[in-house]
Amino acid sequence: MEASSLADRKQTALIQLRNVTKSYRRGAQNVPVLAGISFDIKDGEFLALMGPSGSGKSTLLNLIAGIDHVDGGELIIGGVDIGQLGEAELAEWRAHHVGFIFQFYNLMPVLTAVENVELPLLLTSLSRRERRQRAETALALVGLSDRMDHTPNELSGGQQQRVAIARALISDPSLIVADEPTGDLDRESAEDILRLLQRLNRELGKTIIMVTHDARAADHAQAVMHLEKGELSARVENP
Amino acid sequence: MQLLLSYSLRNLWARRMTTVLTAGGMALVVFVFAAVLMLDAGLKKAIVSTGSEDNVVVLRKGSETEVQSGVERPAAATIESMPQVETGVGGLPLASKEMVVLISMNSRAENAPSNVTVRGVGTFAMTLRPQVHLINGRMFRPGSREIIIGKSIAKKFKGASLGDRIRFGGLDWPVVGIFDADGSGFESEIWGDVDQLMPIFRRPVYSSVLLRLKNGDTFPSLKTTLESDPRFTLEAKRERQYYTDQSEAMSNFINILGITLTVIFSIGAIIGAMITMYAAVASRTGEIGTLRALGFRRTAVLGAFLAESLFLSLIGGATGLFLASFMQLVTVSTMNFQSFAELAFSFDLTAPITVKVLLFSLLMGFLGGFLPAFRAAKLNIVSALRSA
Repeated sequence: MEASSLADRKQTALIQLRNVTKSYRRGAQNVPVLAGISFDIKDGEFLALMGPSGSGKSTLLNLIAGIDHVDGGELIIGGVDIGQLGEAELAEWRAHHVGFIFQFYNLMPVLTAVENVELPLLLTSLSRRERRQRAETALALVGLSDRMDHTPNELSGGQQQRVAIARALISDPSLIVADEPTGDLDRESAEDILRLLQRLNRELGKTIIMVTHDARAADHAQAVMHLEKGELSARVENP
Repeated sequence: MQLLLSYSLRNLWARRMTTVLTAGGMALVVFVFAAVLMLDAGLKKAIVSTGSEDNVVVLRKGSETEVQSGVERPAAATIESMPQVETGVGGLPLASKEMVVLISMNSRAENAPSNVTVRGVGTFAMTLRPQVHLINGRMFRPGSREIIIGKSIAKKFKGASLGDRIRFGGLDWPVVGIFDADGSGFESEIWGDVDQLMPIFRRPVYSSVLLRLKNGDTFPSLKTTLESDPRFTLEAKRERQYYTDQSEAMSNFINILGITLTVIFSIGAIIGAMITMYAAVASRTGEIGTLRALGFRRTAVLGAFLAESLFLSLIGGATGLFLASFMQLVTVSTMNFQSFAELAFSFDLTAPITVKVLLFSLLMGFLGGFLPAFRAAKLNIVSALRSA
C-alpha cells in the first residue's frame, strides 16, 4: 500500500464506540463491566489497551472482535453496526474482517504450521492449491518457511505465536486483535513478536488493538489507552 | 472441508489409546450383531438351498413338516400322474414318493443321542435334487437294504463311515455311499429305498411326494387341482417355500435372541462412545472457541465432532466385521425345532450383511456422538476461549 493512501485512511475512524455498555450476570447479581464507553479508533492505528485485571479491557477487545455482544450503545466497525448482526452474519463478518492473536497461540495441536495458517481460508471459495500457496506466503512473511510441516509442539513459543500471526493475516483482515500476545513469551521472543506487529501495522496498514499488562509491550503501539473499572481513564500517544 | 475431516481423524490418532478402547467396545457389539445375521443367513442358505424352484412338495393339508404329514398310496399315484409333472428316464414321472422318520444316534463329540432324519426315497430322488451328489462309495441298489448318508452325518456320528453298519428298525444297514448336498439340510440325512424302509418302520403311507414341474408356471393349476380334489386332503407347496417355512421358527429364534443381545450391548457401546466424545469436547474446548472465533459456524463444529464419532464407529465396525468374517470357518450343528432333525450350517457373510453391519456401527457412532457434538456447537465463544 502506498504511503499517501495510508495517510488518507488514517483520517477516517475504522471503529466507533458510542456509549457501549456491557455487564455479566454472576448468579443473581448483575456485574457491570463497561459503563458507557465512547471512543474512535482510526484506520491503520496500533493501539494498546492497558489496565488492571478486571478493568474490562479483554471484554472490550471481545466486543470489538465480534465474539461477544454489547448490551447497549453502538459499535460500528467499517460502517457496520456489528451489534445488529445475527450470529451467522457475525461469524462471516469475523472471518473476513478480523484476525485473532491469543496469549497461548490457540493453534490446533494436530495440524501442522501450514495447515493451521490455512484454516481460516476453509471459509472462502479458494481452491486447495490457492489456499496452500497463500498459507506458505504468510508463513514466509513471519519468517517460518522452514517450519511449515512442524506441528505446534515441535515449535518454540515465539515460533507458535508467529504461526498464529500468519493465521491472523491470511484472510487479509483490516483489523487484528491481540490479547496479551507476549504474555507467555520470554523477553527476546516478545520483542520479536512486537516488532512483527509493528511491521504489519506500518507496512501492511493493519489496524491492531492489543491488550497487554506489559508497559514495554505497550510502548510499541502508537497510542495507549487505559481502562479502569470499566471506564476509559486516559489515552496517551507514544512518541 | 477435507482439512476439517483430517482434523477430526488426526484427533482420533492423537488419543489412540482412548480410540482403540472405544472402537474395541463397538467392535465387540458389531461382532455379535454380524455373527447373528451371518448365522441366520447361513441357516436360510442351508434350508432354502435345500429346495429348488421347479420342484413341488405335496403333503397332507395343514402339516408344516414331512414328519407330521401322510400321503396315502392312491393319493401319491394320482399326484404322480398329473399332466403338469415332468417325465423322467423311461417315460416315468419325475417324482419321488418319500417317507421321513426320525431315529436316534450317538454323536461322536458328546456321545449323547440326537435325532437324525431317515428318508426313504424313490429312484429319482437325486435327479430331483441336483445339489446332492455322491462323494464316496455308490448309490444304494433299489430293492436292497442299503443306505447312503450325508457328509455331516459321517462327520458327526459314531459308526457312520463308509462300510459301517447303522442299526435302526431292528436291522443293520450297510453304509454304501456318502453324499454332499452343497451345504443344504440333506447333508444331515440318511437315505434308503422307500419301499424297504416303509415296512421296517410300519408306515402304511408316504410322508410326501416330491415332483418336478414341466413348467414352473403351471404350479398354480397343479395346486388348485390337487387341493380341490374331494378324495384327498393335500397341500402343494413349491419346494423352496416349503423349506423357507420350515426355517422360520429357528430363524426367528436366532433373530430375536441375537437382536436383543445386540441392542443391550449397543446401548453400552453408545454410552462408551458418548463418554469418549464428551471427554474430547471437554479437552478441546479452547480449540472449539478458536474455530468459532475464526468464523466457523456452529454447524461446522457440530459436523467436525460428529465426523470424529462416525470415524470412531467405522473403525469399530470394520474391526468387528473383520473378526466376524472368521466365523465363516465355523459350522454349527443343531436341531431344527420344526423337523426335530439335526441340521448343520455355517455362518454366511453376505454383501447385504456387510452393509447392514457398517450402517449399524455408523448409527451407534451417530447416537453416541450427537449430544457431545451438539454441546461443542453450543459453547459460548468467550467462555470456550477462556478455558484454552
